[in-house]
Amino acid sequence: MNWTAVKSIYLFEMARFFRTITQSFISPVLSTSLYFVVFGAAIGSRIQEVEGVSYGAFIVPGLIMLSVITQSISNASFGIYFPKCIGTIFELLSAPVNFLEIVMGYVGAAATKALFIGVIILATAFAFVDFEIQYPLAMVGFLVLTCISFSLMGFIIGIWAGNFEQLQLVPLLIITPLVFLGGSFYSISMLPPVWQIISHFNPVVYLISGFRWSFFGAADVPIGISLLAIGLFTALCIAVIWWIFKTGWRIRQ
Amino acid sequence: MPPIVEISALRKAYAGGFEALKGVDLQIAEGEILALLGPNGAGKTTLISTVCGITTATSGTVRVGGHDTVTDFRAARAMIGLVPQEINLEPFEKVQSTVKFSRGLFGKPANPALIEKILRQLSLWDKRDSQIRELSGGMKRRVLIAKALSHEPRVLFLDEPTAGVDVELRRDMWEIVAELKRDGVTIILTTHYIEEAEAIADRIGVIAHGEILLVEDKAKLMARMGKKELEVQLSEPIIEIPASLASDALRLNDDGTALIYSYDTRGERTGITKLLAEVAAAGLILRDVVTRQSSLEDIFVDLVHEGEAP
Ligand SMILES: Nc1ncnc2c1ncn2[C@@H]1O[C@H](COP(=O)(O)OP(=O)(O)O)[C@@H](O)[C@H]1O
Ligand SMILES: [Mg+2]
Repeated sequence: MNWTAVKSIYLFEMARFFRTITQSFISPVLSTSLYFVVFGAAIGSRIQEVEGVSYGAFIVPGLIMLSVITQSISNASFGIYFPKCIGTIFELLSAPVNFLEIVMGYVGAAATKALFIGVIILATAFAFVDFEIQYPLAMVGFLVLTCISFSLMGFIIGIWAGNFEQLQLVPLLIITPLVFLGGSFYSISMLPPVWQIISHFNPVVYLISGFRWSFFGAADVPIGISLLAIGLFTALCIAVIWWIFKTGWRIRQ
Repeated sequence: MPPIVEISALRKAYAGGFEALKGVDLQIAEGEILALLGPNGAGKTTLISTVCGITTATSGTVRVGGHDTVTDFRAARAMIGLVPQEINLEPFEKVQSTVKFSRGLFGKPANPALIEKILRQLSLWDKRDSQIRELSGGMKRRVLIAKALSHEPRVLFLDEPTAGVDVELRRDMWEIVAELKRDGVTIILTTHYIEEAEAIADRIGVIAHGEILLVEDKAKLMARMGKKELEVQLSEPIIEIPASLASDALRLNDDGTALIYSYDTRGERTGITKLLAEVAAAGLILRDVVTRQSSLEDIFVDLVHEGEAP
């Protein structure tokens, strides 16, 4: 392993993040605060408790996931799309690094940024609602896994994208519905039976369910299934990236 | 000593089917400077990109320092520095940090003293904290060179390093190339400029339409180029060269209106004075005298046109 290269890529990407740190934080914090005001305070006051917790608290894990997933994807996709777009990728392709090292550098940095933002949102949530985290370690574990798996997915999108529109359209067109329909703001058990079945094909359901379990000890799907689902999703992304570098798809002519 | 770069039967067809390299064989000796001359679209960049791992070969092999660039890419690439033709740099990065990044990417431990030396050598030290976007085009090219040198390559590829740069940078470039050569670095540069190849190369290769047309020692090529012709035009055509003038270096043109004399410009004596005296003694009347030099440019143009013939 060329660890020096992994570290170089990671730090280089993190430096880009710290250059724009204020912008990076303001927007997710602002939008989360708005969600709390609208869903938690305005609508939540008319909704009864969900699975034994107040609605305001119930949406916290989903809101964190919403931001973490969008951030992971946009950070990672932009991170690799940018060098591809301006041509600096030549240096990566001509360096003595393999695909794993490139991925660890880029995805590691993207996941770290998303994790930062997840933590900031958690802190913001504490300012709006009262809640406790029952299994903090599991919570951190789920958060980290989510950051990594969706950064991997973002990396694939960044390589696939041929222009800026595509880069922004995919998260908008695929990820946002998946996250909103993934039980961020409600329990899957509240849906009609048909939609409950459809929901089980949505990977985000397993994530949010598992993540919410770590907060409140209750879940839509068994925790083991959640872990399995996210594990499979991560493995699939890694396999796709391995194939991309093996064939040079969209990066090597 | 085995060649440091060995390219065998290298072919590259792009996705559309266009064949940019048609079986290139090239061996480059350690420590030499090879200039690859060729018109636009000849395949120079494709050749370099394939050696460096930016494009994948359709068939054929490349070895650098004995390491196959596909199966043993780490060892091969660790030896290679590349200054690409296009100025590919992140606009918001700072000069020094982007150069340090390149070194790290190649797995080399940080070495601030070396980075400083390289930046000073390229007159970039004062700009080390400037963002790339604030630099002029010539300065950006210097940054690319600094990045390539940062990881101490044994083989350096310079793809049209002086295309569109000012005279000053060109001179600096040549100086850097000379210094790298003293350190034993092998340098392959592509260029449009024949004078550039003449000025710094040990060997010159000519490439056109994806084929290497010629690779020759510069000195030998220069010897060919050193030939000059003197055309002595006569006011009255003659049928044959008068016996008093007969020599291997002299011939008559097709319609008998001119004598053509070949000579070596670098010889002790060109023999022109003697020839002209003898022409006068033979009673021939001169109309005009013209000289022509066969230059590397002629050789180059001839070769490329031959390549164009179907
Ligand atoms: N990505 C590509 N796809 C298809 N054809 C290409 C590509 N890159 C270069 N070519 C073609 O290959 C030929 C050689 O190009 P190149 O290696 O850039 O030449 P040079 O560097 O000598 O000017 C040209 O005809 C060019 O149009
Ligand atoms: Mg070129």
